[in-house]
Amino acid sequence: MKIIVCIKQVPNTTEIKIDPVTNTLKRDGVPSIINPDDKAALEAALRLKAQCGAEVVALTMGPPQAEKALRETLAMGADAAYLLTDRAFAGSDTLATSTIIAAAVKKLGADAVFCGRQAIDGDTAQVGPQIAEHLGIPQITYAQDVEYCEKKGTLRIKRQFEDRYQTLEVSGLCLITVLSSYAKPRYMNVWDIVSQDEKEIGILTFADLEINPAEIGLGGSPTKVKSTATKQFDKTIETLELDAEQAANAIVEALKQKHLI
Amino acid sequence: MAKNIWVFCEQRDGEIQSVAFELLGVARELAAKTGEKVGALLLGSGVEKKAKDLVAFGADEVYVVDDKNLGYYVTEPYAQAVYSLVKEYEPNVLLFGATSIGRDLAPRLSARLKTGLTADCTKLENDEDGNLFMTRPAFGGNLFATIVCPNHRPQMSTVRPGVMQKLEPDYARKGEVINKTVKFDASKFAVKVVEEVMETQSVDKIEDANILVSCGRGVKDVAPAFEFATKVKGTVSSSRALVDAGIMEQPRQVGQTGKTVRPQAYIAFGISGAIQHLAGMEESEFIIAVNTDKGAPIFKVANLGIVADAQAVLKQLNKIL
Repeated sequence: MKIIVCIKQVPNTTEIKIDPVTNTLKRDGVPSIINPDDKAALEAALRLKAQCGAEVVALTMGPPQAEKALRETLAMGADAAYLLTDRAFAGSDTLATSTIIAAAVKKLGADAVFCGRQAIDGDTAQVGPQIAEHLGIPQITYAQDVEYCEKKGTLRIKRQFEDRYQTLEVSGLCLITVLSSYAKPRYMNVWDIVSQDEKEIGILTFADLEINPAEIGLGGSPTKVKSTATKQFDKTIETLELDAEQAANAIVEALKQKHLI
Repeated sequence: MAKNIWVFCEQRDGEIQSVAFELLGVARELAAKTGEKVGALLLGSGVEKKAKDLVAFGADEVYVVDDKNLGYYVTEPYAQAVYSLVKEYEPNVLLFGATSIGRDLAPRLSARLKTGLTADCTKLENDEDGNLFMTRPAFGGNLFATIVCPNHRPQMSTVRPGVMQKLEPDYARKGEVINKTVKFDASKFAVKVVEEVMETQSVDKIEDANILVSCGRGVKDVAPAFEFATKVKGTVSSSRALVDAGIMEQPRQVGQTGKTVRPQAYIAFGISGAIQHLAGMEESEFIIAVNTDKGAPIFKVANLGIVADAQAVLKQLNKIL
C-alpha cells in the first residue's frame, strides 16, 4: 500500500503579528512548523507502515524553504518526499491548490491519500475534499481513528461529528483527513534523522504535471481577496476599580437591571 | 443567469439544526438587497414535514429530497443530491453551516461545480448585482479578509454557527415546498456506515445559555464559578487556557477554536481577552469583565469593566446571592 500524506508548512500562528499599516503578516522571525493536523495524518500513515509495510510519501506545495518541513517528515519515518514548487502555483486559492496537488497525486500514484483536517493558518478544511473530488475518489473527513484490516483490505475509520461519531468502512483508493486529536505524532528518530540527509527531495513543477494553466495560480482561482482589515473595537466604557464587595454588588445590580435575575 | 440565495439546511435525526435558521436569517437580508428569493434545501430521510419550519424562518421555496440514501450523512449521496439541484436551478449563492457536515460537503461540491468557496465566514454582505462579500477571520482572528467570487456561480460559503441572527419564526409566512427526486449513482457509494453512535452531552450547551459565567486563567478554583452559574441559572464557559490546562472540558471553550456565543449576559472572570477569545463572544448582548489587569483587552469589549480579583468577586457573589 502506498500512502501519500499531504502536509503544509505553516507559521506558528500563536506568534503571529500583523503590520497595522499594511495589514499584512509580519513573517520575519516567526517560526514555521508542520501543520498539527497534517502531522497527525503522517502519524496515521506511519502506523500503517509499521502494521503492514505501507510506503509513506510526503507531499507539500510551497516555496523552496518548505523543504525543511519535508526533511522533518523523512526524519519521522516517511520513505520519500516531494515538493511542488513553481511560480505558476503562487496565489492559488483552495480550489486551484487542490487542482495542483491532485495532479501530483495522479503522477505519483497512491492507494490512499492522507491529509490533516485543516491548516492553522487558513482554517478552511477545503483542500482535502477538493483533492478527493478532482481524483474522483471517496473522502472521509474528521478522522479520529484509522485502522487497516489486512484480511479484507479495507480501511475502517472513526469519523467524528460534534455530537456523534460514525464508524465507516472503505475499500479502494480514498482520501482521509485526520484530526490532530487522533494521535500524538512521534518524534524524529536518530536513525532517520541521519539517513534523511542522504535522501533527495523530489521536486515537481508545473512542467511535470498535467494541469490546465487556466485553473491554477492567482488567475485560475475563483475566489479573490477583496480587502483585509485588522480588528477594530468600538465599545468604550468606563472601567471601575472596585473591591470584591463593591464588584459583586455592581454585577448583581447590572443583572437585575437587565431583568436577568 | 444564476439567481436566488440558497441555504443547505442541515438536519440531524430529522431535527433542523440551529445554524440552518441562522443562515435563512442572513439569506433574507441578502435577498432584500437584490430582490432574489431565498431557497432552502432540505435533504434527508423522513424530513419533509420540517419544510414548514424553514418557510417560517424565512424560506420562499423549500426543495425537499426525501430519500433513504440520505438517512445517515455520508458525503457522496448528499453531494449528488445538492449537485443535481444546483445544476437544475442555478442559484447565485449557496450557503452552508460551518459544521463537520457543511465543511465536508461544501468543498466537495465546490470542486464538482468548479466554483469558489469561502470557509467559516462571520459576515456576509452583497451588492445590488448579487455579488457576495464574504468576510472571515484569518490567522487566528488577527486579521479579517473579505473574499469575493466574481466570475463563478454559485458563490459558496460556509458560515460559522452562532454568528448570524435567526428571524422570529412566522408560521403565517407563505412559501412553496417543492419535492424533488434525485437519480443517485450508487456505484459511487464506496463508503459504508458500519455504525453511528451518539455521544452523550455531559456538558451544558454554552451556545444556548442566557447567561454565561466564563472563566480564564485568573480563576484558580472554578468550583465557585459553577456555584454562581447555578444561582443565576447560567452556564459555565471557559477560555482556551483552562481547556488546555485540562481544567475545563473542550465543549465549554469560547473563541476562535471553540464556539461563538451571544448570550444575554457574558460575565468574564479572569479572562484577559486574547483576540481569538473576543472573536467568540464580542457579539454578546451585555458583557461584564472582571480582571486584575487594568490594561486587559477584554475591557475593550465590556459594557461593565471591573478591575478586581475574579476569585474574590466570585466568592462574594456566592455569599450575597
